[in-house]
Amino acid sequence: MARARVIIDREFCKGCALCTYACPKKILVISSDFNSRGYYPVTVQDVEKCIGCGFCAQVCPDVAITVYRE
Amino acid sequence: MEVVFKRPRTLLKKPFTYCPGCHHGLAQRLIAEVIDELNIADRTIGVGPIGCSVYIYEFIDVDFVVGAHGRAPAIATGIKRALPDCVVFSYQGDGDIAAIGTSEIIHVANRGELITAFFVNNAVFGMTGGQMAPTTLVGQKTKTTPFGRNPEVHGFPFRLGECLSVAEGSAYIARVALTRPQFIRQAKECIRKAFLAQIEQKGFALVEILSPCPTNWGMSPKEAVDWLEQHMIPYFPLGELKVKECLSRETS
Repeated sequence: MARARVIIDREFCKGCALCTYACPKKILVISSDFNSRGYYPVTVQDVEKCIGCGFCAQVCPDVAITVYRE
Repeated sequence: MEVVFKRPRTLLKKPFTYCPGCHHGLAQRLIAEVIDELNIADRTIGVGPIGCSVYIYEFIDVDFVVGAHGRAPAIATGIKRALPDCVVFSYQGDGDIAAIGTSEIIHVANRGELITAFFVNNAVFGMTGGQMAPTTLVGQKTKTTPFGRNPEVHGFPFRLGECLSVAEGSAYIARVALTRPQFIRQAKECIRKAFLAQIEQKGFALVEILSPCPTNWGMSPKEAVDWLEQHMIPYFPLGELKVKECLSRETS
């Protein structure tokens, strides 16, 4: 059971990838399929490693990320 | 599981229309969070400028007026004097507040009008395609300075925050960046103090927000953030430039 969870809104994400650099566990990656606006959104690779620090959501310019923690 | 981070209530649930990596979305989220936390959404009026920053009226769920180029502080003054119970803020870019609107902002600060101004500084004119702005750094290449800004021809970059901090009427002037989580937390505290300076009737407040413009700088979002930290922050130092009186954290 993961301690924390991040939910990324695919339609809000523009794939700027700033969250992938902010993530201390490096579990965020750009996905290979695009959303309805033609951007490649970020996706979570290994949700078990998420610690719920919220750095990704803090630096997201599009407020596409919601963070949950135990 | 408890929610650690979610979209603020005052920020409307629709995707931002800004370019990928633009920090307008971050700045507007922080303003919306502070409006939520101070619980002033029903009596807040925003004044939009001309430029990319104008789209703030699409995203923050408060009343908005959009002014002529550079005149947002003058319009905010009128609204605040007519409706003194309202919380009035302006949100402008550097091409708006530091170029065509310089006289408005200087006199509003000098008169000590009870408004809060947000100044998003990205060192170029963004919406018109990346021309040189007064805040463009020395040597920075833009559409109108293809060989870099030359101080002998174009003058020096303009530090508006320092300029306004010597005005007698200004109560709170700060400069923040949004490139790291710790900077973002500090920025939110500065935005809160800027609203409190108005609510507690201390005087004029301005928060300058350094923002990257990846599209017009010709960089990826990550490169633009790094360039901002390496080149803009040394010239535009972060921190509180003026705090007139002790600002409390709570609204009275």
